[in-house]
Amino acid sequence: MGVFNTFYNTIAKRNSIFVPTIFATAFAFSISFDVGVTSFWDRWNQGKQWKDIRHKYVQDSE
Amino acid sequence: MLSRLPASSLKGLRSLAEARPSAARSAAQTASRVRFSSSSASSSAVKSFLDSRATLASATLLTVGSIAWYTHLYGSLPFLGEVHANSPAEEGLHPPHYPWSHGGLLDSFDHSSIRRGYQVYREVCAACHSLDRIAWRNLVGVSHSVDEVKAMAEEVEYEDGPNDQGEMFQRPGKLSDYMPPPYPNEEAARASNQGALPPDLSLIVKARHGGPDYIFALLTGYRDAPAGFEIRDGMNYNPYFPGNAISMARVLFDGLVEYEDGTPATTSQMAKDVVTFLNWAAEPEHDERKKAGLKAVILFSALTAISLYVKRYKWAPIKSRKIIYNPPADKGHH
Repeated sequence: MGVFNTFYNTIAKRNSIFVPTIFATAFAFSISFDVGVTSFWDRWNQGKQWKDIRHKYVQDSE
Repeated sequence: MLSRLPASSLKGLRSLAEARPSAARSAAQTASRVRFSSSSASSSAVKSFLDSRATLASATLLTVGSIAWYTHLYGSLPFLGEVHANSPAEEGLHPPHYPWSHGGLLDSFDHSSIRRGYQVYREVCAACHSLDRIAWRNLVGVSHSVDEVKAMAEEVEYEDGPNDQGEMFQRPGKLSDYMPPPYPNEEAARASNQGALPPDLSLIVKARHGGPDYIFALLTGYRDAPAGFEIRDGMNYNPYFPGNAISMARVLFDGLVEYEDGTPATTSQMAKDVVTFLNWAAEPEHDERKKAGLKAVILFSALTAISLYVKRYKWAPIKSRKIIYNPPADKGHH
């Protein structure tokens, strides 16, 4: 029960904290979800995408 | 028509439904005295459901509709023999399925193959086939770097204008220019190819049944015509082409191009690369689409699971409640 009480007392009790928490969570989730899916995608398609073969044709000057 | 049918046309079904073991029924009756409010329908509900005209009408509609849908989709009903005047080969042999590097649900294009395929298109196909819907800029970040594409575009002269004097002028190509066509117009293309128009290849993979499989099979499928097959001058035999006589001659031969990455340029390798390139040209959004599809499937299945859980959670007290009726005690004075 402790977790739920802590959640209620710290976040859900005041709307001024509740709504910004939802917004911040949505922001963090969308970024982390995108990063996660992209890393899986890059591992699944290793060596096939342009970013994997780019170094053969472009020498970065830096 | 329905009104002439007796309302109990489905009586046979009903009697089937009633033929349950009587023991189960009596048990159900005793249990029905203290029933959960949302338990299943009683046998009278089944009876009225099977007797209703609406059930008959919807069953008829479902049958007629599914037969109509099937025949519309596949042309004929199964298990009914048919006779055709032409042989299946005349519609073109069905291509086998090839294991494309981008075939799977989560597979991106093989971009090295797109790059080699562009080379094949430029050195072989572009002599006759246009690629109208692809601009130079589309290659950037897909198969070539921006400097390479700029250099390739500058080798081509484009007509632009009018200038201050109202005259058109020639200028070297830019990234925003589209791929140069081999012929200025359709008539010129037909005149150079004995009346046959080489189709534009931008969307050819989407525009042909079998897609990449068909085009690969067509490019590698040239052979001598079988005995007895009449083929006119200037036509070529290809079993995968509808009608089997195609104006395009075989163009891919081993070692025709020299790949910069050292891949052996066999006929099938070049066909595979150019088909991958044409598939990219037809579906440039392919990689992003599959990635977005992966995200959508994950999110929507999670949301479905959550909503199923919430539904069960909210309905649990309603499903499991018990309603008891206590008749008022008989006081004995009426």
